[in-house]
Amino acid sequence: MLFGLSCLTFAISHVVPGDPARLAAGPDANQAMVDTLRAKYGLDRPLPVQFARYLRGLAAGDLGESLRSRNAVAADLAQYFPNTFELVTLALLLAVAVGVPLGMLAAVHRDTWIDQGARVLSVSGVALPAFWLGLMLQLLIALHLGWLPLGGRLGLTATPPAPITHLLLVDALLRGEWRTMADALAHAALPVVTLSLPALASIMRVNRAEMLETLQQDYIKTARAQGFSGFRIVCRYALRNAMIPTLAMIGLRYGWMLGSTILVETVFDWPGIGLYAVNAAVSSDFAPIMGVTLLLGLNFMLANLLVDLAYGWLDPRIRRPGLT
Amino acid sequence: MSTRVLSAAWRAERASTWRELRRQARVFARSASSIVGLAIVGVFLVIVAIGPWIVPYPDDARGAVHLDRKLQPPSAAHWFGTDEVGNDVFTRVILGARVSLEIGLVITVIAALIGVPLGIVAGYVGGGLGELIMRVTDIFLSVPALILALAVVGALGPGIVNAMLALALVWWPGYVRLVQSKTLALTQTTYVEAARASGAGRARIVFLHLLPNCVSPIVVKASMDMGLAILGAASLGFIGLGAQPPYPEWGAMISYGRNYLPTWWWYSAFPGLAIYLTVLGFNLLGDGLRDLLDPRSRTAM
Repeated sequence: MLFGLSCLTFAISHVVPGDPARLAAGPDANQAMVDTLRAKYGLDRPLPVQFARYLRGLAAGDLGESLRSRNAVAADLAQYFPNTFELVTLALLLAVAVGVPLGMLAAVHRDTWIDQGARVLSVSGVALPAFWLGLMLQLLIALHLGWLPLGGRLGLTATPPAPITHLLLVDALLRGEWRTMADALAHAALPVVTLSLPALASIMRVNRAEMLETLQQDYIKTARAQGFSGFRIVCRYALRNAMIPTLAMIGLRYGWMLGSTILVETVFDWPGIGLYAVNAAVSSDFAPIMGVTLLLGLNFMLANLLVDLAYGWLDPRIRRPGLT
Repeated sequence: MSTRVLSAAWRAERASTWRELRRQARVFARSASSIVGLAIVGVFLVIVAIGPWIVPYPDDARGAVHLDRKLQPPSAAHWFGTDEVGNDVFTRVILGARVSLEIGLVITVIAALIGVPLGIVAGYVGGGLGELIMRVTDIFLSVPALILALAVVGALGPGIVNAMLALALVWWPGYVRLVQSKTLALTQTTYVEAARASGAGRARIVFLHLLPNCVSPIVVKASMDMGLAILGAASLGFIGLGAQPPYPEWGAMISYGRNYLPTWWWYSAFPGLAIYLTVLGFNLLGDGLRDLLDPRSRTAM
């Protein structure tokens, strides 16, 4: 899979009609300088040779260098990725922590005002453009009400904690720097909400539908007849089965968040790989975009693997096919 | 006289179809959200059709400059206010509907034209070729679509045509998956087997038996995708890689309006509202169509 993905990124970056060497050399460069650069990056070699070089580099963790800043892309990614990871993980946690209970609530109180409200939220959440929602939240909550900061990762006066995990929030927690932690959380609040709303909406919707179906099954009726409390039935017996399709949606939405994080990071000036990729794309700087594509693809594959493992944990029939 | 007999026969023959259609219309009308979706899409299409004749300042879509009335708040003369060169935001939002419909149609149609045949081949012909198609599809699906589109449009250069091309290029794998699984299931049904046993050729089976049965899931997906494709193109426009000003594209308008927040909020607020309503409409419509045409897959999305 990963090999296929690297073929794809290579193909995209080498069908480009522009000339990366000329771009890197700048507008004032003469032909000799461009040629030197072209030879340096191996852009004058035949494509298969370039591809082999590219793959060898990848295997060694070398993602090339940014033509604009001359930084190694791998080093840049290592610097920016923890921020993106933090943002996406928090957004996913929020989406699951709110979406799943809300879906359950809507299913249990079917056709009441709770259910109607949940439905409005679920159809709106998916249709709202993330970047526009982010701007409007900035306008209302950061600028008009002044409750939360406008963007960025930390306030100007705050100093980041000495790195342990490179995840700012975790590091602040481990070092016991509560003020930094609070500042970082305040900066994270709006981007996390913006990123998680569409995921929250669709997780809630799937969970509601599955709960409704599960609650009508015979084993639930049996449990009711046996006098188990409604809470126990819903939370233990029904939720477990309803979670299997919900989990598929969570996996799907995680991948979607990895994509739309580039918009949210752009709006909130969040120093992650999304913003990094956008800045690179605007100036036709390929190595960073391809690096980000590979990294996010890898991330998505790992997430799918985790989802598959979680299926097995939830459903013994998947773990041991002999049971059915 | 013969025509009357013919038409009576024709009507009798079609009676069950008509009954089915009426039943479906009733089911559709019972769902409030489907009706809302249909209404929004209807209004959207009307705006697309008559937009150029109802807007108050038609020149403003092509980037006319009236510095004397720049950045005015919403008023009776300018319902949605004006932008930094004095263009009427209302005019540009209305004409943006046309752009969005084009974008949505182009992306969805190209994606379906690439994806459906590949899906049929992968599902029906199978073998090494089918395996290869599915592998490539999986690779495309393993990267978040927006990132891949960003990479492609980064390679091709910014612009509305390139953005549409990039989105279409990352959109087709969904259709391959859909059609492949549907075809695979259909191939094992008794009636396709019977058709094969009675000597029907491959082409006949594909066009007479497989494709017609794939139509309703494709229609449902296409309706959903219209909204998503519009959203995707607006996202690229917002980043600055899609439509370039003065082209009246909603995402690009928000991107430029962003520089004038918070004081001149109307500049980016109204185009965003337009995107939201349009996407909402297509989603609700797609949802209603799915409940109607493909009730079993209701939870699959």
